[in-house]
Amino acid sequence: MAEVKRGYVRPLDLKHGRVDLTHGSGGRAMVQLISELFAKHLGNEYLGQGNDGAVLPAPTIDGRPGRLVMSTDCHVVSPLFFAGGDIGCLSVHGTINDVAVMGATPLYLAAGFILEEGFPLGDLARIVESMANAARAAGVPVVTGDTKVVERGKGDGVFITTTGVGVLPAGLQLGGNRARPGDVVIVSGSMGDHGVAIMSKRENLSFDAPIESDTAALNGLIAAMLATGADLRCLRDPTRGGLAATLNEIAGQSGVGMMLHEKAIPVKPVVAAACEFLGLDPLYVANEGKLIAICASADAERLLVAMRAHPLGGEAALIGEVIADDHHFVQLTTAFGGRRIVDWLAGDQLPRIC
Amino acid sequence: MKYIDEFRDGEVAKNLAASIRATVEPGRNYSFMEFCGGHTHAISRYGLSDLLPATVRMVHGPGCPVCVLPIGRVDMAIDLALNHGVILCTYGDTLRVPASGGLSLMKAKAGVGNKCGDIRMVYSTIDALQIARDNPAREVVFFAIGFETTTPPTAVAIQQAEAEGLANFSVLCCHVLTPSAISNILESPEVRQWGTVPLDGFIGPAHVSTVIGSRPYEFFAEEYRKPVVIAGFEPLDVMQAILMLVRQVNEGRAEVENEFSRAVSRDGNLKAQDRVAEVFELRREFEWRGLSVVPYSALKIRKKYAAFDAERRFALEYRSVPDHKGCECGAILRGVKRPQDCKLFGTVCSPENPIGSCMVSSEGACAAHYSYGRYKDMN
Amino acid sequence: MCLAIPVKVIEVGAGPGDDWAIVDLGGVKKEISLALLADVQVGDYVILHVGYALSRLDPEEAEKTLALFAELNSVGTGAP
Repeated sequence: MAEVKRGYVRPLDLKHGRVDLTHGSGGRAMVQLISELFAKHLGNEYLGQGNDGAVLPAPTIDGRPGRLVMSTDCHVVSPLFFAGGDIGCLSVHGTINDVAVMGATPLYLAAGFILEEGFPLGDLARIVESMANAARAAGVPVVTGDTKVVERGKGDGVFITTTGVGVLPAGLQLGGNRARPGDVVIVSGSMGDHGVAIMSKRENLSFDAPIESDTAALNGLIAAMLATGADLRCLRDPTRGGLAATLNEIAGQSGVGMMLHEKAIPVKPVVAAACEFLGLDPLYVANEGKLIAICASADAERLLVAMRAHPLGGEAALIGEVIADDHHFVQLTTAFGGRRIVDWLAGDQLPRIC
Repeated sequence: MKYIDEFRDGEVAKNLAASIRATVEPGRNYSFMEFCGGHTHAISRYGLSDLLPATVRMVHGPGCPVCVLPIGRVDMAIDLALNHGVILCTYGDTLRVPASGGLSLMKAKAGVGNKCGDIRMVYSTIDALQIARDNPAREVVFFAIGFETTTPPTAVAIQQAEAEGLANFSVLCCHVLTPSAISNILESPEVRQWGTVPLDGFIGPAHVSTVIGSRPYEFFAEEYRKPVVIAGFEPLDVMQAILMLVRQVNEGRAEVENEFSRAVSRDGNLKAQDRVAEVFELRREFEWRGLSVVPYSALKIRKKYAAFDAERRFALEYRSVPDHKGCECGAILRGVKRPQDCKLFGTVCSPENPIGSCMVSSEGACAAHYSYGRYKDMN
Repeated sequence: MCLAIPVKVIEVGAGPGDDWAIVDLGGVKKEISLALLADVQVGDYVILHVGYALSRLDPEEAEKTLALFAELNSVGTGAP
């Protein structure tokens, strides 16, 4: 009689296998999914503890206790895989950035997955591996997570929620309510890349455009910016709604207006061309690897030098000023010589035909 | 981008602005209507009014097919989606148009009661045809709106569907005609009141004219003694056209001039005109939102293609729905009132919550002013 | 009047029939229909609207128009 191998578990079939309801039910199938897929790629000492929660050391800055910053982000991007990235790295970068723009050093991430029954395991592995690479490159491990499975038709492949915590050094206070008339507005690079990369893949709007998402973790760039000692008022990443939404938010929070200069705002020519096709304005299109900085005008030069020296800030540009304005308008001098406001949009920018 | 960037050059704009300043006669006021929504948008987006002398006033016309789409037509589209279970394909612009019962296509898509509309945004009729091919068991209806620029593509789609035997495809036709709208403005009640339209000339639509040519405007120039300059879409085109209009007014001329000569000829695109004539015929009358009923101003599908006419196929009936009482869109579309003159503007009526047609589309006079220019009202 | 853009034809007869072309604008490429325009050649510029080429752009007329803007410039300078 052939020897029966005890404890043999057939490995996950990443080539043809699919998520099924057992993977979310808390039993052995789920444990296998976690160990062969999630833990395998994301593995670190905290995840390796294998408990319901990760025990983490209290956050310190230079040996002294620091304030905690926490942020969370849900990711429902479609398509899941796009030029320049995927939902996996996007979810890691997005939350790292939300923590980092507060001035905090991102420390740990948590990740929750809602998987749809039938989702290919091969795709899931690609996504998790991408997350792991992104987390490793940024130096921020995923220390705990959760997985649930919903029936086919009740979830669009996979939804990911990431939560991040970081530590804020003493004395640093960044916020959307701190912009003052006389301050300057700086962006770290070209606007509109991510949204256009996504649009170009979506059903019904297809283009053969060589545009990649700019998704990236900005904590390194931000550390370099903070190191200059520049008097920074606010950092924010212009995601949904683009530059326009973010600046309108800050103007409202700070009770000020802004005057931008269209010619100074960097937009890649190919992104501008795609926006012509789609009837979109790049100022309203999402970015995932860029930031806006509001700082005291005296420090602008110093800040720009440091940003441009960093790989993610090569095209950093000063695009406008903060002004006094009771109506909190964000205005723009057009490249054409006229003036208009950059209004907060009612909803999604839908392509125009007329 | 070739043929785009050169026509947006800010340095050239300065000189054109100076030319216009030098050409306007001191003490004389000029009022020009840019008929086309695309021109309204260009003027707002580039801040063109800042470059014009104060004596030149730009009046925004009704050339926005989304703005003039009557509530009753949107109701038909919503009805098709909610009650007939069709896949309704539409251009993005129509999704937020407010219709009856507080509904819009966007809201119908989200669901009403226990019904939910399968409404899909498309960029082209080509996409709608593909959806029909991909879903042979479902009815697919294309919500066709637009002036003469957008009509030929619909004609092609219907003929393509017939050639392929695509039996589940049909069109809800709401195509309207530019010359009729211009007539309507020139024949408005205010004309009878004052004896003349308070307008000195028109900037003719850019892309409609590539299809219909410059010839149809000659009638207006002669009959109403108003100059028409057909202008391209870019801001320099618009400024050049304004300069040409000022010159005509000064010299007492009322001619059709073509600034957009790089794309518009006198005859237009005959192939496109033929396709349209094969598929469509004039409706005796059609209601325009804000302008009420206008004779021979819109198209319907010929009997030959009845199988592809959603109105016949689904036995749809048109019911007229009046606009909000306080809404001044009619007067604004005719150029006799400005957005700021409407009591609802910026208060009850805003882009988030549009009450009337002019606020619905980004090219409506009210939406354009709200989004790009209302800061000027504040000071 | 509707959103239409000038694009360069880089390939003709590309799609499911003769009536298709691939166009380019600033590095973005798209497949469009030529059903409404006859005799389109590679290198032509056309006006694209909702997936169809609607008219040909005449490069000579374009140059003339640009020259017209420039010509009037000299009239404009020295204005009161």
